[in-house]
Amino acid sequence: MKKLWKGNEAVAEAAIAAGCRCFFGYPITPQNEIPEYMSRRMGEVGGSFVQAESEVAAINMVYGAGGAGARAMTSSSSPGISLKQEGISYIAGAQVPCVIVNMMRAGPGLGGIQPSQSDYFQATKGGGHGDYHMLVYAPSGVQEAADLTYKAFDKADKYRSPVMILGDGMLGQMCEAAEIPPARQLKDLPEKPWAASGNGGKAQRIINSIYMSPDTLEAHNRELFDIYAEMEKETAWEEYKTSDAEIIVVAYGTVARIAKAAVNSSRENGIKVGLIRPITLYPFPSKAIADAAQKRSVKCVLTVELSMGQMVEDVRLAVNGRKPTPFFGRTGGNVTTPQEISAQIKANGEKYGAKSAAAKEK
Amino acid sequence: MAEYKKPEMLTDTPFHYCPGCTHGIVHRLIAEAAEEVGASKDAIGIAPVGCAVFAYNYFKCDMLQAAHGRAPAVATGVRRARPDNLIFVYQGDGDLASIGMAETVHAATRGENITVIFINNGIYGMTGGQMAPTTMAGQKTTTSQSGRDVKTHGNPIKICELLATLDGPCYIARTSMHDVKHIRETKAAIVKAFKKQQEKKGFSLIEILSTCPTNFHLSPKASLDYIRDTAVNFYPLGVFKEI
Ligand SMILES: Cc1ncc(C[n+]2csc(CCOP(=O)(O)OP(=O)(O)O)c2C)c(N)n1
Ligand code: SF4
Repeated sequence: MKKLWKGNEAVAEAAIAAGCRCFFGYPITPQNEIPEYMSRRMGEVGGSFVQAESEVAAINMVYGAGGAGARAMTSSSSPGISLKQEGISYIAGAQVPCVIVNMMRAGPGLGGIQPSQSDYFQATKGGGHGDYHMLVYAPSGVQEAADLTYKAFDKADKYRSPVMILGDGMLGQMCEAAEIPPARQLKDLPEKPWAASGNGGKAQRIINSIYMSPDTLEAHNRELFDIYAEMEKETAWEEYKTSDAEIIVVAYGTVARIAKAAVNSSRENGIKVGLIRPITLYPFPSKAIADAAQKRSVKCVLTVELSMGQMVEDVRLAVNGRKPTPFFGRTGGNVTTPQEISAQIKANGEKYGAKSAAAKEK
Repeated sequence: MAEYKKPEMLTDTPFHYCPGCTHGIVHRLIAEAAEEVGASKDAIGIAPVGCAVFAYNYFKCDMLQAAHGRAPAVATGVRRARPDNLIFVYQGDGDLASIGMAETVHAATRGENITVIFINNGIYGMTGGQMAPTTMAGQKTTTSQSGRDVKTHGNPIKICELLATLDGPCYIARTSMHDVKHIRETKAAIVKAFKKQQEKKGFSLIEILSTCPTNFHLSPKASLDYIRDTAVNFYPLGVFKEI
């Protein structure tokens, strides 16, 4: 049944529905509703909530609980996610499944508490030290945030990898009607024969990421990258009104919804514009973007982000010089508007020869 | 007559520790103590960053290797996932008392039901003998080459005394490895801590004064004598808290 959910609380309840019974957090705006909700709910479902002494401790608690076989999660916002990076690197290296939520705020430094998308590099390119990646989901609304969080636990177990839910302060704070997926029975969750849960005298299980021989470590890293290659099939994106488009907008998360409004109003003015919304940021829907850019009708691919330009680098790699790839961003916690994006669509359409965007004499 | 044999909980892998280092003996004591309380098979260990980083090679139980200083946080996570297993955390003094101080104090004050085995050798062993938070005044290390000067390097830290002020711990004791009598006392303390953990009494920590002959630049025997004659005067042995 649909109910009115705040984004942060929908994420928390979806995690519990997915069988998460260990949550470790630390207060930081704009994600505080997640630990607050978990502190109430974990007791009711027989799980564990710890308000850790820091984000560093919280991510290492996740490493312990996930390493011992539980479905474990932590949430934070940008500065706190920076503190977790060493732990995430260990988790990736030791192949511990877990879910990490980042409700991004503006940076760098203490920055501000307003929405932002400026942790894209950190989320998709590694973030911590060493050769690793993780699956990154970018929900654009409350329902999708619940659904992707739920799914994230299955994918984390499947690939024995951390999975990140990358939202922003807007998503965390907004309320929408949503339905939480059905609660999982813990007994139906996948077995974890590799987990360090006490072996009863049988074969030892070790959770670690240290390999002193370069050859062994290289082999391990290659195995991790085989897993990332396997993960390609999780690539997800949404296409909106792209079939006849002369201008393609690429945007993710909440910004994609603002961009969609701009696409609709531009269409009302006769401009042929469409939207590609990456749902996974890693793996990135490069092929969908490349295929769109390839089309003769497409004149340019406009990336819109709440940052100084981060995802646009992946868009440019995908487009690979086939078409112009302008960028429009707001930063510092400022949120763009449909009007601003419409103006960008029009201006770039005119500049790069989209007939439907050409200035009409009245 | 009692038969002297290797504890079941230890593997056949030879210890990689330097000759005369007391890390290996402490490993053995942990294994003996876990067997004595009947929990060796389902124990879960947390290895630190430091010379004991490979502790999982020597124990047969399941183990997790933690980031530098984070072992008590990792153990907290394990505890929340596994309420009933015996959990031991093994840490050196750089790991526990410097970079991991927040995790140490907070696991202790939460009363997290885990046992921390804290190897205080007064030095960073693995990285080559730098000053530790426990290096005593006047002690020479590679980063306090004329001896630790508390005016510029600051004072060393006494973990047992500090943690004993908290409400969470059920057992805080300091022992030493400098002779057989004290080694036996160390084992008795570990057994006691494990029993309290089985009774779910909360956080326990045994600080064990240990040697690092390689970085003390002393023979194994002289290292033990140094603990006996110098370290125990600054770090008094005994039980600091017990409930
Ligand atoms: C974040 C981080 N900082 C520094 C190091 C380097 N490092 C490895 S072992 C170690 C010190 C270990 O000393 P101690 O905890 O006293 O244990 P010992 O080696 O003496 O047994 C350091 C600083 C590291 N691995 N990770
Ligand atoms: S460096 Fe010191 S602490 Fe490390 S194994 Fe050698 S003697 Fe032991």
